Formats: sequence, structure tokens, C-alpha cells
Amino acid sequence: MAGELVLLDFWPSLFGMRVRIALAEKGVKYESKEEDLSNKSPLLLEMNPIIKQIPVLIHNGKPVCESLIIVQYIDEVWNDKSPLLPSDPYQRAQARFWADFVDKKVYVASRKVWRPKREEQEEGKKEFLETLKTMEAELGDKPYFGGETFGYVDLAFIPFYSWFPSYKVLDNINIEAECPKIFAWAKRCMQKEAVAKTFHDEKKVYEFVAKTRKKYVSA
Amino acid sequence: MAEVKLHGIWFSPFLYRVIWALKLKGISYEYIEEDLSNKSPLLLQYNPVHKKIPVLVHSRKPICESMIIIEYIEEKWPQTPLLPSDPYERAKARFWVKFVEEKAPAIWSLYRSTGEEQKKALKDSSEMLKILEEQGLGEKKFFGGDTIGIVDIAFGVIAHWFGVFEEIVEVKVLEAHAFPRLHAWKENFEEVPVIKENLPDRDKMLDYFKKRRMEILSASQ
Repeated sequence: MAGELVLLDFWPSLFGMRVRIALAEKGVKYESKEEDLSNKSPLLLEMNPIIKQIPVLIHNGKPVCESLIIVQYIDEVWNDKSPLLPSDPYQRAQARFWADFVDKKVYVASRKVWRPKREEQEEGKKEFLETLKTMEAELGDKPYFGGETFGYVDLAFIPFYSWFPSYKVLDNINIEAECPKIFAWAKRCMQKEAVAKTFHDEKKVYEFVAKTRKKYVSA
Repeated sequence: MAEVKLHGIWFSPFLYRVIWALKLKGISYEYIEEDLSNKSPLLLQYNPVHKKIPVLVHSRKPICESMIIIEYIEEKWPQTPLLPSDPYERAKARFWVKFVEEKAPAIWSLYRSTGEEQKKALKDSSEMLKILEEQGLGEKKFFGGDTIGIVDIAFGVIAHWFGVFEEIVEVKVLEAHAFPRLHAWKENFEEVPVIKENLPDRDKMLDYFKKRRMEILSASQ
């Protein structure tokens, strides 16, 4: 079950964070290898020849790719503790739906915030906030998306919280004001050790986000 | 047995994925045809987020997104498994499902575009097929092995719909000499009884998508 576990990762990656949280929840030890995405290692290219992206979890030499697929794999292999997905098939379908929404809608919209022209940026911001409000409506008054306990959807979404401070300063998007329930939910998640220890120093993240943003935004 | 209902549109490959999964497992269901230009209140109630088909409704509880529906069906009705039992093999199957979900929009783009946009769609479609040919199928008859599985079902759009689009835009991409394995897979896939007996009428599709193409192109002018 344990065996050799290596995670190919990139420290600010929202997707890498998902896998780190999942592994921490399960209390599983692994070796982390930091990738330079501008100069991908032969190991990464061998383990993920098709998409060539991190995260990649290598378990006893066999690669698992795509963050949510890796999380499901971790949940299935280390099934003796801290279940990440619910056990009921209908609840599992709902969890998969919302994690998919985070990928297809929230993440995609977040990229549209950074566009060359001012009007495009405003459009992107509006779309991004709409996706966050949809998540907020889904959360409702529950402590977590999974209900009483932290689960799959929380794990899929919480890494975005690491970019909230940067969005506030750089793009004038005040998520705390616009989506107070999401903000409260994020703070609640951060009280979990598995989540908190995945987050890097806020200043370091801000510098990275600001640098990345410059590639897309001229203003 | 609790009731199963399926909301769809007759030409949708996403609908057919779910039909195939239900039929392979011998699950009875009631089919409800939706009109995308006039979505029923029921559809909007069941899928308020995306407002799309297919939607599976089981004991009045809706499940949306074709591949999520299939994972649900797999868990509720384990007979004739569509996913491998080994976690690593399951992860590989899910990887290929995600791959087609991300790359298949190029196929749709093909019949909806002209000029540079169409050239790009053709290039992207070819690249996707090349990866499947070289790295996806291997020497297996189906992606699922000797029998079809979740990946074959996800790729159904390539087997039946791609050819219709190729015909409409008068370009041939999925040819036997260029993609021998994939071409053989396509023929084998369409011979599986459940698939053969559950496909939308090709001529009807040709008509429909030709009309849609004209509508889309004239609207963009």
C-alpha cells in the first residue's frame, strides 16, 4: 500500500496544492520534487508525456496525472482513513459535479481576469465573481461543501484562497466583501493543519502572482 | 425499482454516452426529449448551473454532466463494470476520459467554423487522434481491453459524430492509412450490439448539422 511515493510539483500550483492536502489528510509520507516549468525535467516528460504538466504522483514507479484524478486515486488506495469523497453514490456525483465546476468555470474565469485591455479585465472580473457567487450559493450555511466535514470539493477549491490577497491588491477584487461566506469558509479550512501547511508565505505567493500577471496584463 | 429518467437531445453524443452505459447494464429508463431552444422548466430545475443535457434523474434526484452520470451509474449498478477495479487502471481510464473532454471541442469547432478557425480545428483534431493512436490504444481492441469500457464510451463522439462533420466540411482526417488502430477501433466499436442498436440516424444528423452550420455561419456575418 505505501511503497515509494514521489510528487512532481510546483510550489504555487493550485493543482499541486490539492494533492498535497489529500496526502496530508491521509497522513501519507512522500518525496516532493520541485519542477521548473520553464525547463521541465526528463522525469516529468517521461511520467506525463501527453500533458507534460504537474502535479504527477508517482506510486511505485507508476504515474498518476491530473490533480482531481490523483486525489480520487489517493482516496481509493488509502481508503482506511479520512475519506475525501462521500460514500453515498448520489453525494459522490454532487461532489464530482462541483469539483468539475471549480475546474471548468471558476479556474477558467479566473484566467480571464488577466487580459491585455481594461474592458476585457472588467468582463473577466465580473465572470470570475459570478462563479464565486455560484459556489457561495452552493455552500449555503454548511460549514464545508461536503457538509459537516472537509471533503473533495473543499479540497478542490481551497487552494484558490491563496490567490485572494493578490486579486484584491492587483485587480481590485475584494472577495471578502463580495462573497463573505466563501471567505468565512476559507478561514475555517485554514484551521485544518493539512490545509494550513500547504499554504506558502503570503508575500512569496503575492510576488509570484504579480510576476505571472504581468505576462498577460499590459495595464 | 426506483424510476430512472433521462433528459436529452436526439443528436447529442453526450446523451448517447449515458444511453450506452444504461443499456450495457440493462437498466430501464424513460427518455425525455428536450428542446434546446425552449428548455423545459424541469430541465432548468434539474440543471440550474449549466442548463444542459444529459440529465439523469434517479428517484427524482438529478445528476448532471455525462461522465459524472456514468460514474454514478457504475456505482449504483455494478454489473457489467465500465471501469477497471484496480485504482491505478481506474486513474488511467479517468485520464483518457479527461483528455477527450478537453480535446473534443476541436471536433465541434470543425463543423462550426471556416477559414483559419477551421484550419486550427482540423489541426487540433488531428493532434488529438494522433495521441490516441500512438499512446492511448496500444495493441488493445478497445480502450477497455476486450470489451468496451468508460473510455470507449467517452470516445464515441469520434466513432460516429466525427465522420458526419468530416463529410459536411469535406475533409477526411480519420483515415485507415493514417490512423490504422483508431480506424479499426471505430469499426469494432460500432459493431458492439448495444452501440450498433443505439446510434442517432446518420442521414438525419447530416441534415441537422448541415443546417446548423449554415445558421451559425450566417449569424456570424
